[in-house]
Amino acid sequence: MATVTARRAEEILAGALPEQRTRRSALGLFVRKNPLGAAGGVLMILLVLAAVSAELLATHNPVRTSTRVLVPPGADFWLGTDNLGRDLWSRVVYGSRISLVVGLAATLLGAVVGGLVGLVSGYVGGRTDLVSQRLMDIMQALPILVLALVMAAALGPSLTNTIIAISVVIIPRAARVVRSSVLAIREFPYIEAARAIGVSHARVAFRHVLPNTIGPFIVLITAQLGGAILVEAALSFLGLGIPEPHPSWGRMLSIAAAEYAQKAPWLVIFPGLAISLAVFGTNLLGDALRDTLDPRLRGS
Amino acid sequence: MRTYVVKRLLIAGITLLGMSVLIFVLMRLAPGNITDIIFESAGYVDEADRKRLEAELGIDKPVPVQYVRWLGDFVRGELGKSYRYDLPAWEIIKPRLPVTLELAVLALIFSVVLGVPTGVISAVRRGRAVDYVLRVVSLAGLSMPSFWLGMVVILLLVRSLGWIPSMTYVSPFDDLGANLFQFVLPALAVGYRSSALIMRITRSAMLEVLREDYIRTAWAKGQRSGAVVWRHALKNASLPVITLIGIEFAFLIGGLIVTETVFNLPGVARYLVDAIQFRDYPIVQNLVMLIAVVVVLANLTVDLLYTWLDPRIKYGKA
Repeated sequence: MATVTARRAEEILAGALPEQRTRRSALGLFVRKNPLGAAGGVLMILLVLAAVSAELLATHNPVRTSTRVLVPPGADFWLGTDNLGRDLWSRVVYGSRISLVVGLAATLLGAVVGGLVGLVSGYVGGRTDLVSQRLMDIMQALPILVLALVMAAALGPSLTNTIIAISVVIIPRAARVVRSSVLAIREFPYIEAARAIGVSHARVAFRHVLPNTIGPFIVLITAQLGGAILVEAALSFLGLGIPEPHPSWGRMLSIAAAEYAQKAPWLVIFPGLAISLAVFGTNLLGDALRDTLDPRLRGS
Repeated sequence: MRTYVVKRLLIAGITLLGMSVLIFVLMRLAPGNITDIIFESAGYVDEADRKRLEAELGIDKPVPVQYVRWLGDFVRGELGKSYRYDLPAWEIIKPRLPVTLELAVLALIFSVVLGVPTGVISAVRRGRAVDYVLRVVSLAGLSMPSFWLGMVVILLLVRSLGWIPSMTYVSPFDDLGANLFQFVLPALAVGYRSSALIMRITRSAMLEVLREDYIRTAWAKGQRSGAVVWRHALKNASLPVITLIGIEFAFLIGGLIVTETVFNLPGVARYLVDAIQFRDYPIVQNLVMLIAVVVVLANLTVDLLYTWLDPRIKYGKA
């Protein structure tokens, strides 16, 4: 109890201070309260930096082959080279771009479509709700990877199709989250008030209900981002995701697994480490955001 | 209660029917069909032969007819024929089922044995160093691709012990020791991830229960802390944990797909990938449908177990 009161007091005090000071101390508060979340944030920033400045960070062309195959890590090739003589460091750096683009695009696409389904389903209710609920049930009746695998197989391997395949998996999860918060928000008096002064249903749904689902929505996006990166890695590993010559972390592992694992263990270690750190970052940040933004879970 | 059961059964039926339509449509969307593959490998295409094969497969019929025929076959347990192996699908799937089942059961055992106690400890020691370490370890489990974990483990064993992963599958009835040895590592690789999920849900359920009045009463009475935590609290926190275990069992197959591939185990999950890669779509369709049946049945069982496990829940109106 005491910590809760202290925290409230801190928040009130922070609110009374000038704008800039507030923002800095809010960030400081988050770091102090969630050291793990802050660590996750740092990992995410590193991932984004790697993706944005891949040209600067890479020491070689990530797709150009050379005769210097399976060179161990050293001064020339920081993480060694693969079976086609491509520099692994540069491939891992460029791979962050693929992972981030596919992860973000799939998560956003799935979250927006699923969010709209959840909003309409929760706000309209009745038969619409029943039908969309059953549709979401169907989409959740398969393990994530199996559905993504079948979608990817049906669409054929390409960057866009991989994004679509993964986003389909996220739709029902996003719909569930948004629907359940819409159901709660719908009952608030201010919604009734908005309706009473003649605001249209569409405007109430989009202007008054939707913005209030943003907390759980952000938590969902962060949590699903890690999952999306993992599914991309698994699909590419199985040869049904990102096709060559794009440097995808999962694809790098499948080549390594085939023949060169013993001769060149760096081919196994570094791309896998990159996937794990990226997903670890989103998971740490996602957990911290959930604790901060989801009031029901506050303190647990 | 009865209306609830009937309703749940109805929903399960609708879900499976919808799933069958979804899978069927997806498989029609897929580029190329099995006749293309068969004739590609032969090098030339005789249109008459191709027509004959299409007729034999039934893919010359209108799509709705194909769907109804397929669903009828599936319900009767007719899983069709694999054109890649030229064998009835069931004959290929049957010997693979025990492999996947053994792997799934072992992985689940590992995940429960690792996940539940760590979740309880983490909740009881909330905010302490142990809690942080356990949470980081479990999050790491959720972050590492299980196939990569498997590859690293194999790599380490080979490097340090000179152990070479077996290339052939040993049945537990021939040599139980060798069989278990073969399954322990892949089961751990898959189970680690599930154990992380179980740990997290156990922790949050325990935290909720530990705040309750009757727990404070138990402490106040001077009961041993072991009894309070493991008997009183865990029992009441077990509902969400059991739900997750039930669902995880069905969902483990996702992790098995890649793990069976990495560890070279001839299971059903790996066969699904093979079938997709060889565009053996009748097999893909039936396997995916089988997986959906397992998942829906697992969900149904968990839902029905609820009423039995927690008499407080009333379903009259739900």
